[in-house]
Order: sequence, then structure tokens, then C-alpha cells
Amino acid sequence: MKPKVATIWLGGCSGCHMSFLDLDERLIDLADKIDLVYSPIADVKEFPRDVDVTLVEGAIASFEHEELARLIRRNSRFVVSFGDCAVTGNVTAMRNSLDLDDVLHRSYVELADTTPRVPRDYPTIAELMKQARPLHEYITVDAFIHGCPPTADQIWSAVTELLAGKKPELTHVFLRYG
Amino acid sequence: MPTSTITINPVTRIEGHAKITIQLDEKGIAQDARFHVNEFRGFEKFCEGRVLWEMGGITSRICGICPTSHLVTSAKAGDAILSVTIPETAQALRRIITLAQWLQSHALSFFHLSSPDFLLGFDSDPAKRNIFGLIASDKEFAKRGIRLRKFGQEIIEVLGSRRIHTPWAVAGGVREPLEPAKRDYLLNWIPEAKETARLALDTLKKIHVKFEKDIPNYGNFRSLYVGLVAPDGALEYYDGTLRVMDGDGNIIADKVNPSDFHEYFGEATEEWSYLKFPYYKPLGYAKGMYRVGPLARVNICDYIDTPLAEAERKQFKALAGGASVVNNSFYYHYARLIEILFSVEKIEQLLQDPVTMGQNIRAKAMINQLHGIGASEAPRGTLFHDYTVTEDALLSRVDLVIATAQNNLAMNRTVRQLALQYLDGAKVTEGLLNRIEAGIRCFDPCLSCSTHAIGMMPLHVQVVGPENNVLCDVRR
Ligand code: SF4
Repeated sequence: MKPKVATIWLGGCSGCHMSFLDLDERLIDLADKIDLVYSPIADVKEFPRDVDVTLVEGAIASFEHEELARLIRRNSRFVVSFGDCAVTGNVTAMRNSLDLDDVLHRSYVELADTTPRVPRDYPTIAELMKQARPLHEYITVDAFIHGCPPTADQIWSAVTELLAGKKPELTHVFLRYG
Repeated sequence: MPTSTITINPVTRIEGHAKITIQLDEKGIAQDARFHVNEFRGFEKFCEGRVLWEMGGITSRICGICPTSHLVTSAKAGDAILSVTIPETAQALRRIITLAQWLQSHALSFFHLSSPDFLLGFDSDPAKRNIFGLIASDKEFAKRGIRLRKFGQEIIEVLGSRRIHTPWAVAGGVREPLEPAKRDYLLNWIPEAKETARLALDTLKKIHVKFEKDIPNYGNFRSLYVGLVAPDGALEYYDGTLRVMDGDGNIIADKVNPSDFHEYFGEATEEWSYLKFPYYKPLGYAKGMYRVGPLARVNICDYIDTPLAEAERKQFKALAGGASVVNNSFYYHYARLIEILFSVEKIEQLLQDPVTMGQNIRAKAMINQLHGIGASEAPRGTLFHDYTVTEDALLSRVDLVIATAQNNLAMNRTVRQLALQYLDGAKVTEGLLNRIEAGIRCFDPCLSCSTHAIGMMPLHVQVVGPENNVLCDVRR
């Protein structure tokens, strides 16, 4: 059985996922080594039960993210904070010093020409939290890959170690922010 | 009266977090459908008080797929605020990186995200219907696509020293010139990239035949089309003026300065989506629905100034029959591949131009205007950054109008058309729902961009009858 790997986007810009795709031809090697069981680039819609490694991009910014994070934790052996937004909150957390209502008001009321109103049709859309926070404030995280985004080389060496059952070392390469 | 709702959640193989809801009547026949975008990060507010010089670095973090489009557009807003004309070398280099952005993003859309539907089948096993499934079934084709995206990313890395979120373009120009050895390295890629673009086009034409029956349902309606064109009407990507064309091919506005955008276009908000709804003001909301991006650009331009892409454009136009506009959203894919070919040809021309190799790359100036608008064609359509600053270069107002949002009305119309076509009271299958999602994939929406955010969730579809009885239950 190949190890089951999942990747997920929470409050981020997808840049970490794009850096994963920057593995380029190494994706072809990876296809032989893993089963990608859940990912925004794949069609399975329900997070599977027994995942070996899950890479989580993005901060926890909405109540939906929190629910997902808990589900991921229950169903994954190894959870990795993948990129600075998951690790520290990063750009997603730049709104934290402001009042959420002001932030929403700016985009949907002040900058609207017609029908100005803040979207609130919950739960069709997710309700935002007042603060966007790092993943490990909500669930136990087993490893961290820093970077905004982490480079493809960083991702490759972390994933290789994870697949070998090892925890990626926090060497200087992995401690690069930004 | 709708009596039950189907939810497709999340819409996958698109760049972002969205749901589709479909309202059914008591017979299980679709009455309406909506496309909901489900994240928000608030850049327009938290950028207030930041310094102009860091806006490129911050706004590129809006989106990991087209960070370079945000970077260049932000730099252009900065040029306006400095009131400078940037050196011609900087302009040529920014043009190259803009096309590299198109190249990598369009390759991602076609090869990694959409082609699994066409090559593995809409009804194929959802667990395999993705790029890894494609690698397993046609390694050579998948590798070609991966390498085409890589070429785009390599150009960005050569110029900007990193692939994602490079800070290389700045108000007044760019940070580094291009070294000859690196130029030669990039030129070596051109033949392979052209061949892959050709392969993609040939593959798509076979797809057009294979899906002949499906295609007429894919967002086939008249709408306005908006984008930048060059002064002589050529396909444009970096500069130029706005043109608005109607669904019959009449040009209803032309040579509009992008800085006057707000006079022509407004934005509406709905409670059920974090994605706003831009519209063409003279027709009002929602009649002023318009489409942007590849389909719009290839429709509105008078010609493409590279030979291979121009030959394809003529074939594209022939799809309209006697009319002069291709109104079917399925042909976004075709227009996108034409733009890939154009990007490769144009990058080659620009790399061979001695101007590109100049050393004068940056105009320096202080704040000379308190307001500046930057516009360029991002892969998904026209992108606007509208900044107001203080004399100390602090941002006091930020308004971002993103390409994907401008397709919001048309994307909603497309899912509605597909739902009405495919959900006719019979059993709801995974494959049928995937076709509806594929309607959205035509637009290649980038939702991290458009709401300045991103995320995802599981799918569970239940069709519930009038007595609250479950008529159908699909999970995937
Ligand atoms: S860490 Fe950077 S690249 Fe990754 S999601 Fe956050 S902003 Fe995007």
C-alpha cells in the first residue's frame, strides 16, 4: 500500500500549493510513491478516514476552517503546517488588528456601487472569525514547513522524510520565513 | 417554488473555495442554481496605512497562482503615483514576466485542472480524475503539460529570482536586468514550448469533436466582453485601453483609459457570496453582465500580432458561424490555448529584442500624485489596482477589482444553464454534477484572487422530495 497523502487549503493564497506543483517532473516520481487521496487539485469531496500525511496550507480564518482542522486531525496520522500562513497566520492574519466588521464594511459596503451589504448567508458561506490564527492554536501539529511559500526543494525534502516515517528536521533551510 | 437544494461543495480543480447550490422543484427538476464563493481576507482594508513600496509584496500574496499579475499591476499603480514613464527595457521585461504568468497559469488550467475531464472522462473514477490520474494514464502528455507550466515559472524565477511572490517589479521599473546567459537559457525552451502548445491545440480540437453534444450547453449566451487592446486593436496583455464589445460583435465603448474604469463599471454585492458582482454601468446591474479573460480578449481584438496565434484566432472566429463573436464559454479553453501559443511566440520576440537586454531599468522619483490606477491583463482578465496615498507614501485607500469577479454574473448564468440542462428529474449522478463543475472550470476562476482568499469542504448531495423523502443521495 502506498502512503495516503492529503493537501488542503484553508485561509491562504494557494501559493503553497502552487509551490507543491513546482516540484515539476518530480510530481511524476511522486505519483508512483503516494496516493493523493484528497486535495483541491483532485475531486474527492469528503476528507478520507485514514490519511498518513496531511499538508495544511493557510491560517484558521473561519469557523468552517476550524471544523475542517479538527476533522483533519482526527483522520490523519501526521499533520503538517504547510507554509507561513499555517505556521504564523502571516498575511491572512494582517486583518487581526482591525475590527472584522470594519474590514467587511470596507469591501462590501463602501466599495459597492449597488446593493451594498455584507455577505451573511451562513452557512451557505462560511462565517469568519474575528482573528485569523495559526493552525497549531487549534490542533496539534506534528511538523512545520516554513516559507511564503516554502520552495519546491524544501517541500521535496520534507515530503521525502515524511514518507520515510521521519519528522523533517528544522534545519536552517526550513527556518526561512517569507 | 424550489423544494430542495443540491450542494456541490467544494467545487474542485478550480483555484479556490466555492460551492454550487441547485434548487429543485418537487419533481427534481432544476429551477435555479448559484455559484457561491466562500472566503474573504480583507486586503482592501488592512493595506490602509501600509507603505506604497511594500504593496507589490503584499498584494502578490492575494494569489499564489497569479502573484506576478498583482505585482506588475501594483507597480503600474506606483508608476502613476510617481508620475514616471518607465525605461523601455523595464517595460519589455515586465511584458515578458506578464506573458510568463499567462503561460504558467493557462498551462495549469488546461493540463493540470481541466484535461482530466476530457481525457479520462466526465464520468471516470473521481478518485483518479486529476493530474496524478493523468500521469498514470498518459505520462507523456502529463509531462509535457508539467514542463510547459515549468517554463512559465522558470522565466519568472530567472527574472525575479523566485517563482512565487517575487518582489522584482517596483514603482518606476524593475529591480534587476536580464543577463545574456539567462536569456539564452530561456530561448532554448522555445521550440519545446511551441510544440507543446501545438499538441494542446490538436488535443483540444479532438475534444471539440468528442464533446460536440455537450458543448452547446456550456454557458452559451450573449454577454458583453471587456478587455485591454493595443492602440492598433491588437491583442494586449500589459498596457493599452479598454474595449467593450456586445454579444453581437458591436464595439460599444473603445479607447477607454483604464483610469476611468469606475465611470463605466460598478460592483454589486449579494448576501450569498463573498465574490462581488461587477457590471457595465450603462446597462445597470445585472443586465450589464460581461465576460473577461481569454474568451473576451480573443473576441474583442482585431488581430494577434504573432503568426501562429493569428492563424488560430481566425479558426476560432469561424466557430461563430456568420456572427463575429464566439459566445460559448466552453471555448474559453480554446482561447486560452491560443494565448499560450501567443505567449510563447511573443516571449521569443521580446527575448530577441536588444531593448530587453538594456541596463536602464528603473526610473526613480518621489510621490508626485496622490492617486494612481494600474491595470493589466491577468490570465483571467483585466486586473485593476487603485491606490490613494498620502504625501509620505502611506496608503489611505485601496480598491482592487479582480479579473475573476468580473466573470461572476456569467459564471452564475453558466451553472444555471448547465443545471437546467442536466438535472431534469432523473437520478443525480456524480458525473452529472461534475459536468456542472466543469462549466465553472471553463472560466478558470481564481477565487483566492477574487475574494482575496481561499479554502475547501466535502461534497454531499441530497435531493429531497416534497414530503421530505430522500430521492437521491450522492457522496464523493
Ligand atoms: S504562506 Fe504565503 S504562499 Fe502560502 S498561502 Fe500564505 S501567503 Fe500564500
